[in-house]
Amino acid sequence: MTTTRGITTKVSSVLKKLALPIALSLAASNLAHAESVNTTGLAVTDDTVKVGILHSVTGTMAISETGSVQAEKLAIEQINAMGGVLGRKIEYIQEDGASDWPTFAEKSKKLLVNDKVAAVFGCWTSASRKAVLPVFEQYNGMLYYPTFYEGLEQSPNVIYTGQEATQQILAGIDWVVKNKGAKKFFLLGSDYIWPRTANKIARKHIEKLGLKVSGEEYYPLGHTQFNSVINKIKLKKPDVIYAIVVGGSNVAFYKQLKAAGIDMTKEKPLVLTISVTEDEILGIGGENIEGAYAAMKYFQSMENENNKAFVKAFKERWGDDIVIGDVTQAAYLGPWLWKAAVEKAGSFDIDKVRAASPGIELTTAPEGYVRIHENHHLWSKTRIGLAKKDGQYDLIYETDELMEPNPFPVGYK
Amino acid sequence: MNSLKQIFPKGDLIAFAILAVLLAVVFPLAMDVFRLNLVGKYLTYAFVALGLVLCWGYGGILSLGQGIFFGLGGYCMAMFLKLEASSPENTAIQSTPGIPDFMDWNQLTELPWFWEPFHSLSFTIIAVMLVPTVFAFFIGLAMFKRRVGGVYFAIITQAIAAILTILIIGQQGYTGGVNGITDLRTFLGWDIRTDSAKVILYFVNLVLLFTCLVIAQIIRKNKLGRILVAMRGREERVRFSGYDVANFKIFVFCIGALFAALGGAMFTLQVGFMSPTFVGIVPSIEMVILCAVGGRLSIFGAIYGALLVNFAKTSFSESFPELWLFAMGALFISVVLFFPNGLASVYQDHIVPRFKKRFKKQGKPVAVKPRVQTAKNQPNTTEKTDDVLTGGTL
Repeated sequence: MTTTRGITTKVSSVLKKLALPIALSLAASNLAHAESVNTTGLAVTDDTVKVGILHSVTGTMAISETGSVQAEKLAIEQINAMGGVLGRKIEYIQEDGASDWPTFAEKSKKLLVNDKVAAVFGCWTSASRKAVLPVFEQYNGMLYYPTFYEGLEQSPNVIYTGQEATQQILAGIDWVVKNKGAKKFFLLGSDYIWPRTANKIARKHIEKLGLKVSGEEYYPLGHTQFNSVINKIKLKKPDVIYAIVVGGSNVAFYKQLKAAGIDMTKEKPLVLTISVTEDEILGIGGENIEGAYAAMKYFQSMENENNKAFVKAFKERWGDDIVIGDVTQAAYLGPWLWKAAVEKAGSFDIDKVRAASPGIELTTAPEGYVRIHENHHLWSKTRIGLAKKDGQYDLIYETDELMEPNPFPVGYK
Repeated sequence: MNSLKQIFPKGDLIAFAILAVLLAVVFPLAMDVFRLNLVGKYLTYAFVALGLVLCWGYGGILSLGQGIFFGLGGYCMAMFLKLEASSPENTAIQSTPGIPDFMDWNQLTELPWFWEPFHSLSFTIIAVMLVPTVFAFFIGLAMFKRRVGGVYFAIITQAIAAILTILIIGQQGYTGGVNGITDLRTFLGWDIRTDSAKVILYFVNLVLLFTCLVIAQIIRKNKLGRILVAMRGREERVRFSGYDVANFKIFVFCIGALFAALGGAMFTLQVGFMSPTFVGIVPSIEMVILCAVGGRLSIFGAIYGALLVNFAKTSFSESFPELWLFAMGALFISVVLFFPNGLASVYQDHIVPRFKKRFKKQGKPVAVKPRVQTAKNQPNTTEKTDDVLTGGTL
């Protein structure tokens, strides 16, 4: 190790004499001392930097969050294999949020105060994010949050790598209206903040287009009896069932929908969801959801080179039978976006990384291309997938332009 | 009626002193603010465990719904803090400034009537103590007067905890739903998130905890405590002796609820938020476990149990984020297997006799002071009662 670095020093000192600008940038990326890239006492040494991974690996959310943990570890390993960030290997400290919001708060504080990590990749549910948010703001940490969520939030201490509600919703509804001639919508969701906010935006958008919402219903988390709402749907005959059911309820909902004789492949009515990724289909069973449409930003089946390499690396690292959903991919972006921002800032200081973040772009993202907006969310395309029997989505449409993230949609309140 | 000496015999005084030194001197000196704040959080569970010692250990009333009272106390405090954090200046970006953010997300345009009084601190403090206690009173009235007890009572408390959780999650416009009430910042303008505030709150918490300990000790050493024990052993006999068993049960259940509520309020202040995860069945059972590990017959055991279990939880999960639950399971199983009466019994059965032996060897007889009998039909000395206690049932 030491000899190699000695050689690098010599080489770059030669370079410095030869070509000053190149040498300067090299010096910034390789030779800067820990004090110069870290003025606020973060856990950065001359050859390592510590970050945190904070997800639930036990409890009810573990099944959803495991994919994110795997994606983040993979990204960190890949970055280390490429030489790390500013010449420093990333070391991660993993903490378990245990599907319990106060535990998330406790652990995030531990990561920031005791471990002094330079960034945290973590959280999944909105509730866990809301619990850690005051901690990140108070101790000035940086959180990379991977889940698609309801918006209505913009923290200087969070980079949201998933889509906020309007990005997912507007493109999806526009698509069914344009391509499927949908006129009547039935909104359905689990009863908490994300589905409610999402449906509020959907309703406004549908009404703006001069179309009709024929019903809006909510069921508690974990609800398994959807027969009455399915009867209601049959009675109202909507063109689109707009479903934002989450977690275990999905299994019951799609099975009962099928059992009630609503064949999704016939598209009368058509089912459009924003909450079912490939991960959820594992539980629902491909045969139960075949024919439904999903609007999100990533599907495992996407056929670009970035994604092929990503899926291959993911399977090599974590096993062949693994599926990769939208959130997993968004979690994978976190460490890469952080690396890019740190290198642009030339420093690990949170304030400098924050200032450098807007405008950071990633051309190597599995979903294609993303860029960080001034509001800390990502510019990304929205895509429509058609669920197949084998549990994968077929990509059938993507927006031409990147969708602008708009966490506080003015016309939709 | 009772002299101080009777309420605080030498042994208990020493236990009080050791606990006080540990919590008020050793911990604050040995720990940084982050760890001290965690201990403060653990100690809020100790309030609940303490209440459970009285209800369950002494009175034989197993409540699997203490989270209800912890949650109610915590929510009352959280509502006050949230209103303070939602001043029109802080919430200017909302469509209706001046109401809590989650109400705005749920399309509420004005503060619900039951939130209004929580602008006042004095109302809040009264509510913290009164709401859970009155609720416990009505539960107790409905159950104990109709002689519902034992397992049935435990199941009913559990059901109430589940119902309350569903209610809170369902009414998210009024309660914050699954997210709970988050982002609490100041208490009468005093920033509760700073390090100095955490230290001060830790000591406020200690003072309250010791107040509760003293109350528990008074109850325990009083005639009331002995009636509770008697009730646990032979309820019918106590009833036939002319005591209204139900009233005693309601009383001790209310005390347990009050302690839990104080813990909840202190929890909100120290952690900075409240969520339905503290109201439900799982946390309620966890609190019973704290009590069982520490020793359900010892008020000090409850405190040490709360500290030990939560310390273990934090350190296991920091070292083995994916396996820590197994370590916790092993801890519980081994405690229950080897020390059925909790860690306090280790002290009682192993440490105390050894001390006594040493004392004897040195030629000093163990001084057992004759006790003044206060209850004519209770011939046992207090030591004896404690022996009776170890054979207690549910």
